[in-house]
Amino acid sequence: MSGVLIIAEQRRGEMRPVTLELIAAAQNLRRDADEVAVAVLASAPERFVDALKVAGVDEIITVPVAAAEFDPDTFESAIGALISARKPDVVLVAHSVDSFGYAAALAAKLGLGFATDVFKTERIDGELVATRGGYGQKVCVEVDFPGRATVLLAIRANMFKPPEAAGAARVSAFAAPAPASRSAGRDFIELSAGDDVDMTAAEFILTIGRGIGEEAKVPVFRELADAVGATLGCSRPIADAGWLPKSRQVGQSGKTASACKLYIAMGVSGAIQHLAGMKHVATIVAVNSDAEASIFGVAKYGIVGDIFEIAEELRRHF
Amino acid sequence: MKILVAVKQVAALDEDFAIREDGRDVDPDFLIRDLNEWDDFSLEEAVKIKEASADPVEVVVVSVGPGEADESLRKCLAKGADRAIRVWDDAMEGSDPIAIARVLAAVAKRENPALLFAGVQSSDHGFAATGMAAAAFLAWPHAAVVCSLQYAPGAARAVFRRELEGGLLHEVEIECPAVLTVQLGINTPRYASLRSIKQAAAKPIEVLGLADLQLGGGEVGEAGSASRVRRMYIPDKGRAQLIEGDVAQQAQRLAAIIREFKGETP
Repeated sequence: MSGVLIIAEQRRGEMRPVTLELIAAAQNLRRDADEVAVAVLASAPERFVDALKVAGVDEIITVPVAAAEFDPDTFESAIGALISARKPDVVLVAHSVDSFGYAAALAAKLGLGFATDVFKTERIDGELVATRGGYGQKVCVEVDFPGRATVLLAIRANMFKPPEAAGAARVSAFAAPAPASRSAGRDFIELSAGDDVDMTAAEFILTIGRGIGEEAKVPVFRELADAVGATLGCSRPIADAGWLPKSRQVGQSGKTASACKLYIAMGVSGAIQHLAGMKHVATIVAVNSDAEASIFGVAKYGIVGDIFEIAEELRRHF
Repeated sequence: MKILVAVKQVAALDEDFAIREDGRDVDPDFLIRDLNEWDDFSLEEAVKIKEASADPVEVVVVSVGPGEADESLRKCLAKGADRAIRVWDDAMEGSDPIAIARVLAAVAKRENPALLFAGVQSSDHGFAATGMAAAAFLAWPHAAVVCSLQYAPGAARAVFRRELEGGLLHEVEIECPAVLTVQLGINTPRYASLRSIKQAAAKPIEVLGLADLQLGGGEVGEAGSASRVRRMYIPDKGRAQLIEGDVAQQAQRLAAIIREFKGETP
């Protein structure tokens, strides 16, 4: 085939939602007779077939593999064999922790065109062009892939709207080679909560970031959050420093503020990994002394100013 | 026993900046350079292994970049690296992570370490690709986003945890030599003392070129890359509606937003 090959992402028996976003991303890469195929690698891949029968998918390829969960050697050898057999123009994977572990290695090994964290794709004069961020997301970078028959793109999550309509894809099986894997997955570990807060359920979150400067300032914001009735959250550096438990971290590797309606970010610069956990919130208020901070790009309201002064004044109102 | 740590001198943008005349990068006059934040953690992890070991462990840092990258390498020397290597040739200009990885793999072949560390990603372009691509060129076992590591120097295997999305970890055992990309927060990077900064300034930095690594000019730069920058531009940003006024007025408006959310009348 020419066309688009999508690698589904699953973990512990669940299809990860980003897989459907990849199907959406594939649609504008189709040329006339192109097909979109979704490959699912799992020890029992058939169980995911129903979840993948959505509009925009022509074929579902089940690839049984020995490893129960993601494993780099298994994925690289199976997907490599699949690419050689199918010769797609474009391979789409999620820009995710799993793909961090194999996509670049696969591209290097097979000599594929390659870009990660892609949030826009198009064909310009027939040539595939992918857009990603640069310099800490301050600029957009368009890249192309001269002379590459197959291009592997890792697509940023939450950028493409998943298809809602059902589809009628045909299903086929692909027998992948079974490599001797050089790493072995053991257990999954849920990060111990540290406290019993559930950031995913909180409707009103007040988050602190690197801007608070020192641990001694945490109680000020804890007290403020209590006073205004918000759940106190934090960005990565605060959790890494141990100033707040990891369970309060909002972002890609922390929690998603799923139920949140009002999000006040104080001293949070707005790294892409943090935005992934909160940029969907309807009302975001950012308070930051740096007028150029990325957080202002997703906020509805912004205050450029000193977070301690604002915190102190705000406290008087509650 | 040796641990090789790949580091990058990243570039951040000055408050005001301009796109270069050819439209494919930012004018270098507006770039502020520093050691990649992730690399501080991978270096610290290597130095920790060295310090905990009864047998000698050598920590070698390597960076691909022109002379200005020496500054970041000296920072690493001051924080506990034993030796620094910088690789550069003008033909490497325009290299993407795949081309850089090819160079790093060539250095790893020469140095023959038990572990190659790289940061999960760089703070400037965030590909999250270089370490794993280097592993492919070396044909070594590899894993990304390592947030804790147990490794005894000389051991045939290491055990680590990958940091997955949503507060989940995955424990994995891997054969060595291996390439691991290290996540923020795996440790607490040390500050360099004034004395060690002084000592680092006097240490030599080994400089290698293409020929030293038996690489051809076509294997690096744009020719050796898996992507090519076509255009760089400043996006139209969605901008927050700014709340103006003095601190008291700003706080009052914020209080009103909170009251409105809570359904209280101000």
